[in-house]
Amino acid sequence: MANKEQVFDKVKEIIVDQLGVDEEEVVPEASFIDDLGADSLDIVELIMALEEEFGLEIPDDEAEKIATVNDAVEYIRENA
Amino acid sequence: MQRERVVVTGMGVVSPVGSTLETLWAGLISGQSGVGPVTRFDASDFPTRIAAEVHDFDPLKYVEKKEARHMDRFVQMAVAAAQDAYDDAELHDVDPERSGVAAGTGIGGMETLTEQHEILLTKGPGRVSPFFIPKMIANIAGAQVAMRFNLQGPNVTLVTACASSGSAIGDALRAIQYGEADVMLAGGSEAVLLPIAFAGFCAMKAMSTRNDDPVHASRPFDKERDGFVMGEGAGFLVLESLSHAKARNARIYAELVGYGRSADAFHVVEPHPEGRGAAQAMRRALRDADIDPNAVDYINAHGTSTQKGDLAETLAIKEVFGEQAYRLAVSSTKSVTGHLLGAAGAVELIASILAIKHQTVPPTVNLMEPSDDCDLNYVPNTPQQRPVHVVMSNAFGFGGQNAAIVAREYVS
Repeated sequence: MANKEQVFDKVKEIIVDQLGVDEEEVVPEASFIDDLGADSLDIVELIMALEEEFGLEIPDDEAEKIATVNDAVEYIRENA
Repeated sequence: MQRERVVVTGMGVVSPVGSTLETLWAGLISGQSGVGPVTRFDASDFPTRIAAEVHDFDPLKYVEKKEARHMDRFVQMAVAAAQDAYDDAELHDVDPERSGVAAGTGIGGMETLTEQHEILLTKGPGRVSPFFIPKMIANIAGAQVAMRFNLQGPNVTLVTACASSGSAIGDALRAIQYGEADVMLAGGSEAVLLPIAFAGFCAMKAMSTRNDDPVHASRPFDKERDGFVMGEGAGFLVLESLSHAKARNARIYAELVGYGRSADAFHVVEPHPEGRGAAQAMRRALRDADIDPNAVDYINAHGTSTQKGDLAETLAIKEVFGEQAYRLAVSSTKSVTGHLLGAAGAVELIASILAIKHQTVPPTVNLMEPSDDCDLNYVPNTPQQRPVHVVMSNAFGFGGQNAAIVAREYVS
């Protein structure tokens, strides 16, 4: 899956479901913690859901760098 | 040391027969059974295929979607009942440091445990949710209630199987009596209508198999009783020191005056045949309340509809109350609600307090022919209007752990 729009839409869907936020809030620059109300456990769960959806294994040191929606989309585009 | 007097100023329930005080009471009085076929999972391979399910429970009336996803059903139900109790008491500005929680659950988040165990087996350890532990552990319901209302005082979870919420209320009573807190949200919750729990209780032959006649399956003290009917739900009460309640002009439902606890020290699941531990808990509750057995008008029995349990409780009541055992009323509201396990003690204390409010004893339904040695006034099938000033609510758990609470009409 390389199409950025497709990846973004799928990531958005997962974020809306996992974090219970409105779709409009999920913009590329949104920070999971500062803008989308996630805590440390939410982020672990979110990363897991992304791994599951895109068939990835995201190492912990890479996962720690994923702070915004765009970080997640870019990581997936490069690694999925 | 003069103990603080403790009163009940708010109550909330989630039950198979109604999740408001009004609908619960209406269900108990009309005998409208909450028992039906199991719908929460496919029970066709199980000897027991009936349960008292809560069909209309919507956690999103109480918590947001994300929060709800991070709570097991037993926690969602606890939060709902606690919120309703809090609102019912019209509590607004409690002192956080003088307010706490005592919660009971027999089992905890078994639904979450089974879901995550399945994920562990099918997808591996890397897919087990980071919320698994904080959804599942038994004390999390009390923690969630404390966070919701910012209650920073005592916070305990009591696990005494089906006596759990009775134990929790007793503990909360003590916390206020001894000046540790002014306000306690006390109660319990349980939600284990799951294949694994059903399989376990079926293997013990503890549950009724009257699958073709669900509404008549829970029949405490009846000759034809054949086991309990599993239910789910929650009950919470706001307990408050009398001085705190008076200072804010709170409406007072009743005064909690006694708590007794004991162990059978006899068998993992069977009650002592003469109800030794049950009698001891009742006797201690009366002594704690400094109330003569002859003053008790109504006992809300543990009465689960098992052969041994109902008989042992009857024998214990006779031993403790003597002749008064034949004058007072005894009923088991489990005949209507099913057995709410760790939530039973709280929901049944609420039923007992509603009996004071309405001066009416709710019936034991499905009591067609009492079994031998069960010869008390079990209020068969129809409610009895009679003076109800002092009530006792019994809750006994597997493991032989027993709790009895005495409440009385509030007199200033």
